[in-house]
Amino acid sequence: MKGFPAAARVALADTQLRRNIGKATQTIRAKRAGVVSELADWEALRDAGEAIKRRTLRHLPEYLEQLEAAVTAAGGTVHWARDAAEATDAVARICEAHAAKDVIKVKSLATDEIGLNEGLAARGIAAWETDLAELIVQLGHDTPSHILVPAIHKNRAEIRALFEREIAGGERLSDDPAALAETARRHLRDKFLSVDVGVSGANFLVAETGTVCVVESEGNGRMCTTLPRVLVTVAGIEKVIPAWQDLEVMLALLPRSSTGERMNPYTSLFTGVADGDGPQELHLVLLDNARTDVLADAFARQTLNCIRCSACLNVCPVYERTGGHAYESVYPGPIGAILTPQLQGMEKAGTLPYASSLCGACGDVCPVKIDIPSVLVHLRGRAVREKRRGGEAAAMRAAAFAFSTRGRYERAQRLARRGGGLARAGLVPPPLTGWTAARELPEVPAQSFREWWRARP
Amino acid sequence: MRIALFITCFNDTLFPRTGQAVVELLERLGHEVVFPDEQTCCGQMHFNTGYAEEATGLVRRFVRVFAGEEVIVTPSGSCAGMVRDAYPRVAEQAGDAALAEAVRALGARVFELSELLVDVLGVEDVGASFPHRVTYHPTCHSLRLLRVGEKPLRLLRAVRGIELVELGEAEECCGFGGTFAIKNADVSTAMLADKVRHVLDTRAEVCAAADNSCLMHIGGGLARLRTGTRAVHLAEILAAQE
Repeated sequence: MKGFPAAARVALADTQLRRNIGKATQTIRAKRAGVVSELADWEALRDAGEAIKRRTLRHLPEYLEQLEAAVTAAGGTVHWARDAAEATDAVARICEAHAAKDVIKVKSLATDEIGLNEGLAARGIAAWETDLAELIVQLGHDTPSHILVPAIHKNRAEIRALFEREIAGGERLSDDPAALAETARRHLRDKFLSVDVGVSGANFLVAETGTVCVVESEGNGRMCTTLPRVLVTVAGIEKVIPAWQDLEVMLALLPRSSTGERMNPYTSLFTGVADGDGPQELHLVLLDNARTDVLADAFARQTLNCIRCSACLNVCPVYERTGGHAYESVYPGPIGAILTPQLQGMEKAGTLPYASSLCGACGDVCPVKIDIPSVLVHLRGRAVREKRRGGEAAAMRAAAFAFSTRGRYERAQRLARRGGGLARAGLVPPPLTGWTAARELPEVPAQSFREWWRARP
Repeated sequence: MRIALFITCFNDTLFPRTGQAVVELLERLGHEVVFPDEQTCCGQMHFNTGYAEEATGLVRRFVRVFAGEEVIVTPSGSCAGMVRDAYPRVAEQAGDAALAEAVRALGARVFELSELLVDVLGVEDVGASFPHRVTYHPTCHSLRLLRVGEKPLRLLRAVRGIELVELGEAEECCGFGGTFAIKNADVSTAMLADKVRHVLDTRAEVCAAADNSCLMHIGGGLARLRTGTRAVHLAEILAAQE
């Protein structure tokens, strides 16, 4: 891991990337704003979504046990996975039990998080991404840069070149989106009809009924969840919601926040197995992978409210300029900046809570009302506590000391003015070179406000 | 009305002219301004950078210094936001119920300048004159923590001689973000570049805002490029007269 500032520096230098991301996020942002403004009760919907998530997280063990019982009663099998290795092993064993050498996949962040494709490859099993954007990422040996639009960093000319190289069989393509999609469709159709095991993630898991809900736009997901004989769903434990009726709220919030649509094109809901219809074997892998650690922090717990809509990415001025790769995680943008450090620890991801100007745009659009700016600040506190050494901590302590009495503060002001500057006077942490590289720094005026006030007649 | 000025350490040290403008303006409107001179810093830099423990001492100090004041004004959306939005969390983290109660009561008495003028004093035309082409940048914390909305613009529209021009993508962050501007200087600068582009597109001579921290950043960029457009605090425009 480079850390965010260094990784962002690389991304910022890629002008094509900035143009692609800027254009895409502005388009989705405007669409979202349009469809959200249509609903008079949007704020009430957000409140309801937040309430459902908070209640679920407060009673998570009970809802998970209820889910397990319901899935089992409907003929499915639940696997509990503590971490990435256990989850990958569970999926690989299922494949091995069916002597399957290939799996077809629905777009899934949880499987990206645990590196399932690589894990399966190590066991001799090939994973085929069927979501168009995930396919683009997979073919390009690339990594996703957006939660919802994994190939948002690529424009169509770049995708055309990739398809010509990888899947067009020597054919020349146009960069018409429909023609590019057709090329992908021909490539995938064969897999849909021949592969025995499908792997999906889940948007929601209904505890009451044992139902898995998968929301998508292309229909490829539905092919993966209906055509193969065996279906394995891998989902984080926070995906559970208590009741069927809760979907009413969640399915209103999600498409408007994510793609800016009133309703998403494909919503697949599957409960257990049915004779002669769809997969005849159903597995649900419930993944912890540090989520219970997130749950243990009463304030940061709200991070688990996330329904992966990516509205926060699309309004984030930082994400808009750096794109997703700078976050060095499956989860980029504001939600990534709070989720990744909690999943991976500050040692690895300690720069991410600082990857925000705290402008607050993310919190305003979050459909489940995660107070992302406040969680960022909360996690900065954790980052500071975990490495309470170094120049910054000393400078911050010195500044707090300078501000602790009027006398010390006024002495520091005078010192700053006499040529020491703000940093040397101990009022702000050095170095200020990051500032002066691109901006003028004002001179400290000859008279502070308080001196003017005292000198008033 | 007796109004206590919370100048902020930043304005006190670097932008005294803004504090003077607030005093001139409020006195011109017939109010008494007091300056509790034990005030130092509200603790925002510490708190937002992750130094909650250091911030807690400054929060206690702030509460003590302003305890007796009924109406407190500050020419900073961000520092007002710190007191109103973050102080309750500081108190909660410190597990101090008395402090929590004190900051809850205090938060309701702290106003950003445009809030004080429009909501408390009920005035939009403050009798100012500023014959210049001006564009207004709504700072993030005034928008999204304080929800001041159109109040600063309503005040500006009433200024004589002003030519107010709309800023493109106005609600996008300028990229300052406190220590973000230093810790993530590259991203901060990229955001600034777009803000400066929109400011220059207006062909305004003055970019106004209700926070000198954002203005130091925007103005620092405008000055580095020798653009000839300057950054001016809202208070200074409202204090200006023929």
